[in-house]
Parts: sequence; structure tokens; C-alpha cells
Amino acid sequence: MTMVHQAFPSTRASSSFDVQRIRSDFPIFEQRQAGKRLVYLDNAATSQKPAAVIDAVCRFYKEQNANIHRGVYELSDRATFEYDQAREKVQRFVNAAAPEEIVFVRGTTEAINLVAQSFARPRLRPGDEVILSVMEHHSNIVPWQLVCEATGSRLRVVPMTDDGELLLDEYVKLLNRRTSIVALVHVSNTLGSINPASEMVRLAHERGIPVLLDGAQAVPHMRVNVQDLGCDFYAFSAHKMFGPTGIGVLYGRAAHLEAMPPYQGGGDMILSVRFEKTRYAAPPAKFEAGTQHLAGAVGLGAAIDYLDTIDPAALADHEGELLARATKALSSVPGVRLIGTARRKTSVVSFVMDGVHAHDVGTILDREGICVRTGHHCTQPIMERLGVPATARASFSFYNTHEDVDALVRGLKRVRDVFGV
Amino acid sequence: MTDLRDLYQQIILDHNRSPRNFRKLDDANRQAEGNNPLCGDVLTVFVRVEDGAIADIAFQGSGCAISQASASLMTEAVKGKTCEEAEHLFRAFRAMVTARDDNAEERKALGKLAALGGVRQFPARVKCANLPWHTLHAALEQWSEPVSTERTGV
Repeated sequence: MTMVHQAFPSTRASSSFDVQRIRSDFPIFEQRQAGKRLVYLDNAATSQKPAAVIDAVCRFYKEQNANIHRGVYELSDRATFEYDQAREKVQRFVNAAAPEEIVFVRGTTEAINLVAQSFARPRLRPGDEVILSVMEHHSNIVPWQLVCEATGSRLRVVPMTDDGELLLDEYVKLLNRRTSIVALVHVSNTLGSINPASEMVRLAHERGIPVLLDGAQAVPHMRVNVQDLGCDFYAFSAHKMFGPTGIGVLYGRAAHLEAMPPYQGGGDMILSVRFEKTRYAAPPAKFEAGTQHLAGAVGLGAAIDYLDTIDPAALADHEGELLARATKALSSVPGVRLIGTARRKTSVVSFVMDGVHAHDVGTILDREGICVRTGHHCTQPIMERLGVPATARASFSFYNTHEDVDALVRGLKRVRDVFGV
Repeated sequence: MTDLRDLYQQIILDHNRSPRNFRKLDDANRQAEGNNPLCGDVLTVFVRVEDGAIADIAFQGSGCAISQASASLMTEAVKGKTCEEAEHLFRAFRAMVTARDDNAEERKALGKLAALGGVRQFPARVKCANLPWHTLHAALEQWSEPVSTERTGV
């Protein structure tokens, strides 16, 4: 039944949002968890996969598998075609100017490391500064610490309000002639805050400072247009946007990618290799050493095709409803305090409960078939800033339902019963 | 639901709410820090060792109910024991929380600590129960590095 819908994507894009039909596209929801309906609220960690993506990965291995760019035979041509098609889908998905601006990587983490090592490191001088925000994921902190340590430069951190909104005045004060690059999270994985990315890019560009945006938590929830954002680099992972694990994207402006040295050396990133001198291929091949995750790229392409069948406005409305319902319902649970109450948020609700550690909340919810993330969410500086050791986080996707929100609220009542609070 | 009650027994909730020996020990001559980087649990165990025995013990820190109760129960269990006896209890405790099945005899030998046996049904929580014990072990062995659940197989 799901295949019928996928065969006629144009009939799907309507203003009405049929969440039950969408759920039927995701095989994982056929199973039960702890004997109960699976209530999957850990979408910020990874999303579930529609059958269209799973089938595309299978089909690649069953029908199209060969190494790319090397074979003189037809099968290799087909694999190459599929891989190149995936790149073009990504280009359209983020509105990059050309497919050559799309580099396939393992994920957001590798994309950021690539920029830190190949773009920033050669430019950084002792005393230079890299600007991040306090709400960065560890993957947008540690790669910069590594290059700072290697070059004698240092990190500067944009602070935020108690609600989880970045302080733009402070950001502007941090921008100066020592600033080498700004690396910012577009949407916070822990707080859900949507940062004013295009304005922050503009403020940096006015001073000639390049900007990388970590878009891992943005692409599953909103249409991203890298040319509108104006950023120099944009990083994201397929697995958080309904695609496979192990594949992600670095968007980089052509002029930057052309000027940057390779990140890794190997096959397929060269024009010619001699012991005296190797000539590198042009981007994106220059940054794709070795055999890539071909099936993963094809799966990412299928995820984009799948998202194209969903009206983005209807998706945003539905997720907005889930966020509003969850925010209201959780606020009414005694002892629950929401962490992250920015005015512009994706459907992420982090919270703490008086007298019960987040870890215990997670265990009890798990017994109710509800999957939430607990801990610091790879954002220890946020935890320190807000003075909480850990939070529980419910992160909703478009396939979640009002019933899922209600199950979470019932689960929290159960937590209070068990702990007698 | 029975398994949740196995995990969160009254004695565990009680020790979580009012942990025993929860303070800094000013005259400690052994001390170690433990942390679980995955969930943010941190604790410091303070011990005063006299003549090869644990004359006094205390802890401080924050964490889930399991790690807090485990630390609290541990301090009660080992106070006054020789270091060797404490290490023996540690081994018995670790065996209990990682065993496939409940063992009535072992449970009896562990006394109040047996309340944490329910953890074995919750593999994700075994580290929480073990962390205080690994930290005590590090204090007694006078390790210089803090204990981490992700480095020592706690």
C-alpha cells in the first residue's frame, strides 16, 4: 500500500496532513515496544526510515551495486549514475548553486572536522579566534578545539538567555578582526531553539568572516536554502532526516572548496599520482577519497524524494501542533520544568522533574513503550549554563501524533507514582 | 509493572531521597571521583582508612536514583569493614547486578545491598549501580585518574 503512494508523489502533496497514512510508510511502527504501541520520541537522536528509503538501499545492493567512476561496464555506469543523481537531489534540496558544492561525508561530525582541518586550520594564526555558541553540540566544539590547540588560536563563545536564545548583541561584540570563522548551530538539539542564522551570517559577512552552520537538527523540520542563508558551509546528516546512517553532507561554496586542500588522501580524489607530485581532482571528488557509502547516498536521495511528497507547510503545522500540545501538557505536570523555551523552536521538549533524575524518568517511560533521550545530549556547556545535570528530551517528528504526546504525559504520571513525588 | 517495582524498591527510593553519609569527609586519606559521561552522573567517594580498615566513608555528587542509592547503601555496608572485605563485597555486588538470574544465597550474603539486584533486568542501568563501587575501588587503590564508566567497563 505504501508503494502506491510513492508511485504518485504529486497526489500526496495536499494541505491536509494524514498522519496515519504517513505512519504506514514507516515499517518500524508495526512493532510493539514492551508490549505497547511504540512511542518514538527520540527523533533528534535519529529518525525512523520510511520503506521508500529502506527499499532504495536494498535495491542498490540487489540491482545496481558496482564501484563508481571506474568500470567500463554498464553496471558501474548505473551505480555512478545513481550516486550522481543523489548529489543532484541534495543540491536541489538545499538549493546549492551547483552539484559540485555538495560533498558526501559520513555525517555532520565529519563535515565539521573537514572544514576545521582543511579550511580553518591553514588560515588560523596564533591569537586568532573561532566563534561558537554556548548551545553547540560537542561535534561543533571539539573539532575547533583541536585546530585551536594546533594553531595557538582560541574559542570565543556566544552566550544565551535562560530561555535558550542567543544574545545577538554579545555576538556582535565578539566579532573582530581576529575572528577567523564563525561556527554555529542552526537548531539546537537539546533546546530546539531556531537561531537567527541568516542574520548571524550577515553580521559576520559584513566583517568578512566566513560562517559554517551545523544544520543537523534543521533539515528534518524545515526547508533549508543555503543561498538564502548565505552561509559558507552547511553540514547535516542523512540519518536525522529519514535517510541511512553513515552518510551526510557538507555544502561548501565552490570558491572555498576549490581553494581548500584535501581532507583525506586516497583513490578517486586524484587526477594523477606520481611519487614526486600528485594532482588532485576538482571538488567534490577532491574530498571523497576512497570508495564512498554509495548505497547510503542513494538512500539519502530516496529520503529527499520522500520528503518532497510531503507539503512542508502542512508538516510544519503538524509539528507546531505537537510542540504546542506537549509544551502545554508538560507544563501542567506537577514538578516538571521545561528547559528551552525560545520563541522560535522546533518540536523538541527538554525537561527536568523535581525529585526524579532524568535517567530514572527515561527508564520508567521505556517500560511504557516510550523512547526519550536522557542525559546531557552531547551539549555539556548547555547543562552547565542552565545548572542542570541532565534533562529528559522528547523530540517529535512529523509521524508523531497527539496520542504520542498524551502517552508521554501519562508516562510522567507513572513516574510520579513510582517515585511517590 | 512488577519489574519497575523490583528496580525502584522502597529502600532504594528512600536512600535516594535521603542518602546516608552524604557529606565531605574532612579527614579522609583516600578519595576518588567517578563519572558516567553518558548520563552526567558524578560522585566523589571519601574514605578514612585506618589499620587496613574503613574507619569512615562518605560521598557527594549527583545522579540518578540508582547511583545515589547504590552509593548510600555502599557507605553503610563497608563502614568498619577491612579494605579486603570491602573489595570482596564489591566483587559479590558486581556479580549480582550482572548475573543472568537471581541467586537467593548471594542475595542473603549481600544483605541490604541485595535491593539493587533488580538492576539486572535493566542492562542500561547496571553502570549506574556499579559506579560508586568502582569509585570506592579507585579510592582504595589510590588511582590518580578519575573513574569513568566509559573507560573502565564499570
